[in-house]
Amino acid sequence: MRAADLRTPAIGIDSVEHQARLLRLWETAPGLKGFFGTVDHKRIGIRYIVTAFVFLVLGGLEALVMRLQLAGPNLSLLTPEQYDQLFSTHGMTMIFLYASPILSGFSNYLWPLLLGSRDMAFPRLNALSYWIYLAAGIFLYVGFLTGNGPNDGWFNYVPYATRDYNPGLNEDFYSLGMVLLGISVTVGAANFIVTAMRTRAPGMSINRLPILVWGTLTASAANLIVVPAVSLAFFLLWMDRQFGTHFYEPAGGGQPLLWQHLFWIFGHPWVYAIVLPAMGMVSDGLPVFCRRPLVGYAFVAMSTVATMILGFGVWVHHMFATGLPGLGLSFFSGASIAITVPSAVAVFAWLATIWLGRPVITTAFLYFSSMIILFVIGGVSGFMTASVPVDWQLTDTYFVVAHLHYVLIGINVFPVVGAVYFWFPKMTGRMLDERLGRWNFWIMFIGFNLAFLPMHLTGLFGMPRRVYTYADNMGWNTLNLITSIGSFVFAIGVLLLFVNVVRGLRSGARAGANPWDGPTLEWSVPSPPPAYNFAVIPTVTSLHPLWDARLSPSATASSLDRGMLLEQGKETIGTTSLDATPDMLLEIPGDTVAPFWVALGASGTFVGLLLKNWGLVSVGVVVTALAVLAWLWPRRALGEREVAS
Amino acid sequence: MRPLLGYLDALGPQAQTILPLTWFTLGVSVAVCVIIAWLLWVAVRRARANGGALETRAVPIERGANGINWIRTGLVISAIPLLITLVWTMVAIASISRPRQHTELAIDVTPYQWWWQASYPGQEPTESFTTANEIHIPTGVPVLMRLHGGDVIHSFWVPKLAGKTDVIPGQTNLAWLQANQPGRFRGQCSEYCGAQHAGMGFEVVAESPADFEQWRAAQLAIAPPPSTPAQQRGAGLIVYRCGLCHQVRGTAARALSAPDLTHVMSRRTLAAGRLINNPGNLAGWIEDPQDIKPGTLMPNQYLNARELSDVQAYLELLK
Repeated sequence: MRAADLRTPAIGIDSVEHQARLLRLWETAPGLKGFFGTVDHKRIGIRYIVTAFVFLVLGGLEALVMRLQLAGPNLSLLTPEQYDQLFSTHGMTMIFLYASPILSGFSNYLWPLLLGSRDMAFPRLNALSYWIYLAAGIFLYVGFLTGNGPNDGWFNYVPYATRDYNPGLNEDFYSLGMVLLGISVTVGAANFIVTAMRTRAPGMSINRLPILVWGTLTASAANLIVVPAVSLAFFLLWMDRQFGTHFYEPAGGGQPLLWQHLFWIFGHPWVYAIVLPAMGMVSDGLPVFCRRPLVGYAFVAMSTVATMILGFGVWVHHMFATGLPGLGLSFFSGASIAITVPSAVAVFAWLATIWLGRPVITTAFLYFSSMIILFVIGGVSGFMTASVPVDWQLTDTYFVVAHLHYVLIGINVFPVVGAVYFWFPKMTGRMLDERLGRWNFWIMFIGFNLAFLPMHLTGLFGMPRRVYTYADNMGWNTLNLITSIGSFVFAIGVLLLFVNVVRGLRSGARAGANPWDGPTLEWSVPSPPPAYNFAVIPTVTSLHPLWDARLSPSATASSLDRGMLLEQGKETIGTTSLDATPDMLLEIPGDTVAPFWVALGASGTFVGLLLKNWGLVSVGVVVTALAVLAWLWPRRALGEREVAS
Repeated sequence: MRPLLGYLDALGPQAQTILPLTWFTLGVSVAVCVIIAWLLWVAVRRARANGGALETRAVPIERGANGINWIRTGLVISAIPLLITLVWTMVAIASISRPRQHTELAIDVTPYQWWWQASYPGQEPTESFTTANEIHIPTGVPVLMRLHGGDVIHSFWVPKLAGKTDVIPGQTNLAWLQANQPGRFRGQCSEYCGAQHAGMGFEVVAESPADFEQWRAAQLAIAPPPSTPAQQRGAGLIVYRCGLCHQVRGTAARALSAPDLTHVMSRRTLAAGRLINNPGNLAGWIEDPQDIKPGTLMPNQYLNARELSDVQAYLELLK
């Protein structure tokens, strides 16, 4: 290490000149170059959120069409093939293109602001993650719109997905699209983990992380471990289909159950990955409206991690009926029952926070608090299916459809909409309308329960999943009609959210930096935050830096106005993983279109693979390689330097 | 009306073992939801204000009680039903994974897109026969189902008698069924398997051992020869057209890729439980299966009126 690399960052207070200087360093250029080149986590976060909401709408429309078909017995609005593509695409969209990316979007936007950093650890990787997500989404939807959507459900069991039974391009689109999407999830997860471990504000030790950070961090660690399993599963499927390998084909010595193991080893942890960050939103948002800190912070943080660890040992509960030996089933049954415990910790912590606090009812509060009961309903139905013999009856009926929608809508959509009401002012500087918000909430809440609560009974009455129609004499007619009506009411509720967002953007009241009087660092910066987030790097001494003065007047308060200036380049501070003591200046790379080109090259490669057009594959690979080269081209300015102590 | 596929009325020992556990877990679940909803409701009712940002900021922050007892109490109370469920689950798995008494009768069941083949093996080939979509069992004894994977994955489910067992290509899963009383029990494929997954039903017919033996003897018989001219013309059509996929034992129609028709008229339903078996439905099904079950592997036949009535005349014989 050369002496010239050592520098002690200046400590100072904010000033107008300082801000102007930072803005010159950080602001994304206007125009197309800036649009394709930006690595600003806030812009990327908003792109994620908007794109994910677009997919939510698409998936929702697909659901509504299906609910028309199922509104009565023996309807023929859709052919079986159309219905099958719709339910498969609906599942794929909601689980892969909405539920996970929406949380990545919020985390992308919020993390550096929550952590007191100026950007994510790898901003360019962040841009790449988004572009590939967008590319994979378009790739999969091109399949759907050309009549080649997935048609074997989102979990896509073989051998039905193999070429013998599924000769079209449907499954090739799905397989390759999922491998492509896996790249996005993987690089995103790596970025989150390093960001959480290295870019926290000085003093933000590991026990002062907001629960949202715990949630996304845990989910990212899980994704890094399990996404390779599903990418491999889809890649092997594509090989089976296109090159006659026999990984899944019994006639060639393959094993259909191999698919199920690979898929669910991924699939179940993934379910937790798409709810834990949303549970984090509730854990962080609810206390603000209860006017007190969260009850049992450490318990909730640890229960997040415990859920994920147990979550690795429950995948076989999707396979209880596959003929596995009873002893093995017992183990997974026990693990699936035990996973209720960490969830219960969170539920009681939230209840206690409301009960022991001074709740103020706002739209965000309604979403966060109603999530508790929806979570419990989705949780107890999960507990029922954890019992093997009960599951032998419940599995693959509408009971499970009801369960998974309580989980995914209850624990993902409701907190996410709550998060929109909570953080929209931060992102845009404007408030959403609370009156319209009440309509929005109650219509969504009533519509959702009207649609999905009776569905438990439909399941107990034996209606199997994934049927395009049903006979008149099965006893399901009334229940299905109620569900269809409920689903449209729910859709109107969702529509009101978008109406409110558009109105808010146009004419919402000005928000100010901290409209809700929140405790965490994002509320210490202006709304919307400047490109550099923090003019000076804050130093924190507690979980709730903005409430320090009121909660512990005697203790040393967090320092928000005075701190490291870091104005000699695009810099933020690197801190140690546990105690967050500063140990390194992190040079943040500038805007570049390289990630966009990498994504474009990769997409070209995948389109080539789909069409087995090796020319196109070669072009895609060359473009990707050149873009990676441009991305990684060494620059002096990017050297890291030790902080002199 | 009791739903045909509902499993809240159990009519065999397996389903009867599962049902109390289902009611217990369901009861616990409902109780948990009610308690949590009540706690939440009372907590929210205590709200200081109802409004927006202004009202929120107006309520001062306070540290409040630490509340760890909530979590502790909640966990202790939750642990009790969880432990009971865990033990009960293990006991139930052990008690139903195999029948309490030896199974004398075994049936080979092979599901295909989108129908169910059931073979009753006997000591001699002449004592064996194959039927489809209607599985007869004697009451009061456990019957072994050897579930052979045919094409894609299906799942064998007769809710009033037992839970599901998947049927997976490349492996043979074992399940067993027992009915306490005579009756017809609806079964359904419950693993998605393609276009007509919805139309892949079947029936289990439980009858007294004497009736069962009588049925079995009748099923062993080969098809009677056609007598009238119409039946003879019909038999010809069946062999040359239907015989490409179907079997009618005693004739030259010997293909095994679709339901065995030797005693088709003895069955209550047609097209894997989709239609009641009567002359009108039969004619409609032969004429236009793609209308009734779009995507089914049976092609439309385009028979003229006389051919259709000939075919019907012959099929009427296959009781």
